[in-house]
Amino acid sequence: MAESLSSAPERRPERPRAKAGLTAYTLRRAAQSLVTVFIVITAVFLLMRLLPLEGYFGDDYDRLDDFQRQAILRSLGLLDPWYVQLRNFYSGLLQGDLGTSIIYRPKVPVTRIVVPRIPVSARFGLAAVGMGLVIGLTLGVLAAREKGKIFDGVVQGYIVFVRAVPAVVYLLFIQLYATQFFDLPILYRAANPRSWVLPAVSLSLGGIASYAMWIRRFMVDELNKDYIKLARAKGMSNTSVMFKHVLRNAFVPMAQYLPTTLLLTIAGSLYIESLYSIPGMGGLLIDAIAVQDNPLVQALVLIFSSLGVFGLFAGDVLMALIDPRIKLEGRGGAR
Amino acid sequence: MSAKDTINAIEERSLFELAKHDAVAAERSGYSDYSYWRSTLAVFLKNRFAVAALLIMVVLIAFTFMQPFLPNQKDPNLIHINPETGRQLRNVPPSQEYRFGTNSIGQDLWARIWLGSRNSLLLALLVSIVRVTVGIVVGALWGYVRRLDRLMTELYNVLANVPTTIVYTLAAYILRPSLRTMIIAMTILGWLPMARFIRNQVVIIRDREYNLASRCLGTPTSRIISRNILPYLVSVIMLQFALAIPLVIGAEVFLSYIGLGLPYHVPSLGNLVNQGRQLMLIKSLRYQLIYPSIVLSLITISFYVMGNAFSDAADPRTHV
Repeated sequence: MAESLSSAPERRPERPRAKAGLTAYTLRRAAQSLVTVFIVITAVFLLMRLLPLEGYFGDDYDRLDDFQRQAILRSLGLLDPWYVQLRNFYSGLLQGDLGTSIIYRPKVPVTRIVVPRIPVSARFGLAAVGMGLVIGLTLGVLAAREKGKIFDGVVQGYIVFVRAVPAVVYLLFIQLYATQFFDLPILYRAANPRSWVLPAVSLSLGGIASYAMWIRRFMVDELNKDYIKLARAKGMSNTSVMFKHVLRNAFVPMAQYLPTTLLLTIAGSLYIESLYSIPGMGGLLIDAIAVQDNPLVQALVLIFSSLGVFGLFAGDVLMALIDPRIKLEGRGGAR
Repeated sequence: MSAKDTINAIEERSLFELAKHDAVAAERSGYSDYSYWRSTLAVFLKNRFAVAALLIMVVLIAFTFMQPFLPNQKDPNLIHINPETGRQLRNVPPSQEYRFGTNSIGQDLWARIWLGSRNSLLLALLVSIVRVTVGIVVGALWGYVRRLDRLMTELYNVLANVPTTIVYTLAAYILRPSLRTMIIAMTILGWLPMARFIRNQVVIIRDREYNLASRCLGTPTSRIISRNILPYLVSVIMLQFALAIPLVIGAEVFLSYIGLGLPYHVPSLGNLVNQGRQLMLIKSLRYQLIYPSIVLSLITISFYVMGNAFSDAADPRTHV
């Protein structure tokens, strides 16, 4: 099973080709991103309008008569033709107004719902990414050095377990048994730091496994390469070979994903946040879709897709900064 | 000593003799009895974990599909009633009669778990086949045809940013919740990551030096594809396929958790785990969570290990 855990590193889908300066490149990418985000939210807007009108009433549907239902729908603007609704949405957006929630928390501005939740999710997310990087990379590097020995086997077993068993299952058992075993609180309380431990640890397990797997595979492949042998032959110490050569190269493909990972920490984790009842962003989108709160869904999709698209771009720039061989402008590849 | 001297003498002499030209022998120089699939099998069988995973997987799948035909099996949807009191046999702990106990409305958990595995495996298999097939076709086009690259990248960016929950909610609204609805909802955008993955692989290897060399030597494109690119892709495609199965099973568990899963009368590992979760705080009923979780983990882990080992074995670089 030794070498089998990862596939070849992924490349970014976008390979910039225009011969232009970095500014022009940035501008072109920004315009492109704007178009992408525009199409995404328009598509989501239209998809939400495909959902049944009964969905807007939730459990109240049976208690209302037809006249009341029509009145409510009209007051929410849902009886207008879709292009009128779309125009209203965009004219509000251009004035910086994300709209007000219609069902999730009626008449409350979307920003007032979303903004207080962001730091909660972001704190856990950043802690998890940090732990994932530090612990994951350390485990991976040590496993690569101990290749074929017991420690390596344990790390591999952990990686296989976390990646193969659905998180929904093992996180449940962590909540069930770790709370008993370490006497930790079962639910999150903002005032009690002890209740932060399990959600943060749970959130980091997947990242630890991915980073450990990736760096171990990378190290095993890389340590036999000529530039490493040369560095050794020059008399460089193991540690500086590791930090100045191997890890720097290892970070190049990682840099592509890191900005997106960091930015999307604010999206939170639906499952962990609902397990520990953390008031974060995690379940918000799914709840909003379930009750068909269109303005809230649109605002969240706008935030997430902008971050996703921007993260991809930031990843390309970061990658070019770390690896001077990568040129954002000019032709890539052999043809 | 003397034997060695003789050999040296012969070698020395042969160094200065002209060899006869033998057309057959000249051809033979490049010959090896390398066979791609035989080497793959040999490397695979050398991996003890892989063979164990394969064995577990085969036994599990065989048992899952044979279980209804074994003697003394119960109907998974039949609610068992105590003949004396006339009440439902709710939450009966595991016993001779009910090997995994009964659930909260008196159905046999043993029968439900195996039917659930059947449903989950079927779902996973069908979804993975569609995802991988569509992903390969789209990804290969995306990677090879340069004119398509811009358009496809844009299309990918848009589609990948549409929240999947909307797709599932829409599918659940338009079609009734069933196994078929689930398959449609999971495939309609589910091929995207596979397409991106194949596209990246094609882009990476299409300009590799050995392909460049082949092109310079005038090798026809069809031969480059079948000899240079496909053997490399077979391994990653098989890996993706094997890994897609635990992924789909996991996604199904997650969908059950957010309430978009299969209906109650169609048990799956997802809704079984979810039903067990609702009772997990009562210690004596925890078996209803633990048994489905164990079966689920065995299936996903064996597929994962097997897939990894197979892709490793199928990678020509590991062949001797």
